[in-house]
Amino acid sequence: MQKAISAAAAAALIPDGASLMFGGFMAVGTPERIVDALVARGARGLTIIGNDTARPGHGVGKLIDAGCVARVIASHIGTNPVTQKKMIAGEIAVELVPQGTLAERIRTGGSGLGGVLTPTGLGTSVEEGKRVIDIDGAQFLLEMPLRADFALLRAHEADYQGNLTYRLTAANFNPLMALAAACVIAEADEIVPVGVIPPDAVRTPGVLVDHLIERPR
Amino acid sequence: MDAKEIIARRVALELADGSLVNLGIGLPTLVAQYVPAGISVAFQSENGVIGFGAPPPEGMEDPNLTDAGGGFISALPGAASFDSGMSFALIRGGHLDMTVLGGLQVDAQGRLANWMVPGKLVPGMGGAMDLVVGAKRVIVAMQHAAKGQPKIVERLSLPPTAARRVSLIVTELAVIEPTDAGLVLRERAPGVCVEEIVAATGARLIFESETPQMPIGAAG
Repeated sequence: MQKAISAAAAAALIPDGASLMFGGFMAVGTPERIVDALVARGARGLTIIGNDTARPGHGVGKLIDAGCVARVIASHIGTNPVTQKKMIAGEIAVELVPQGTLAERIRTGGSGLGGVLTPTGLGTSVEEGKRVIDIDGAQFLLEMPLRADFALLRAHEADYQGNLTYRLTAANFNPLMALAAACVIAEADEIVPVGVIPPDAVRTPGVLVDHLIERPR
Repeated sequence: MDAKEIIARRVALELADGSLVNLGIGLPTLVAQYVPAGISVAFQSENGVIGFGAPPPEGMEDPNLTDAGGGFISALPGAASFDSGMSFALIRGGHLDMTVLGGLQVDAQGRLANWMVPGKLVPGMGGAMDLVVGAKRVIVAMQHAAKGQPKIVERLSLPPTAARRVSLIVTELAVIEPTDAGLVLRERAPGVCVEEIVAATGARLIFESETPQMPIGAAG
């Protein structure tokens, strides 16, 4: 971990056209201050990777509203009519990935593995263009690892070394994404001194986190 | 009893004591209201919790505790929360006893389509493909027809959610089980005759001379 930076400074680190993994499930567990700073910066051409695009005005939905996004990789966009409208208009390219496959592609992307063999998607349009591999008579789809330029996480507590905890259903994709990007930036509800978080409670080790977003002043 | 209540009440009779169950968004969530007395079930929500309960009183909601539809929930004593990797390992890895999903179509082979209508509706599959592939039992809870068109059809015209045959179809008219031989009519709703079900179904149904009524009490 380097040092705490402002959300605006984080947004300035992220160039137009970058690929971003965003934690969150219907905006629960999404780092809203980073989202707001990207909107304020007028970011363009972003690829966003995450479970969904929330609703207009919520979570990454704000990036869609503001025209920051060129490409979406998600399991579900049904709750955001703006994403659907922009997809149909050709303004945003959308790749839909089954939710469990998305989780595993991100996990393998961050774990040094060559891909995932999953039965999910066999016999559906998800199979198109992919290799089907036979393992002892059972068929699996080969799904490739997924990585991004940045992972943007929402945590409950962070300590000064970047160790992170999460709360309840706000964890979702965050712990997986912490491994799968070149630069990891975490926004926490609380920043606490080293030693406050017991080792067993740490779900993302601080060594994975490059920057923390400073407390709001 | 309206169509949705009939479906939810009948699906609830499929809940086994001590089982882990995932309810899809929409109609399937109603099933939680009709868990039979004496049956204890743990509900999973794929965004990362087992053991969730009814929404908290207004003003008491926790912004970090929601279901897969983004609605506020509570956590019952004994609940566990986890990340999306664990959640789908539970689903795909054979640890989930049953899932209840909505449907757009089911065909004579028992294949489900429930995630898109090409050119019209492209919401995405969310967790549905993993749920159909991984759950031990897959129950489709849906209305028998949509806009006068049968949803149970000889062959899917919509993209399938998985190649797998679902375990059971529950509608407001009937309980139908896909088998090697085809779709078997197991039960009819209270006050509904077999002819009505056959007329509302777009695929061949196999039925015995006597089709029992759904054990859900009299129609209200």
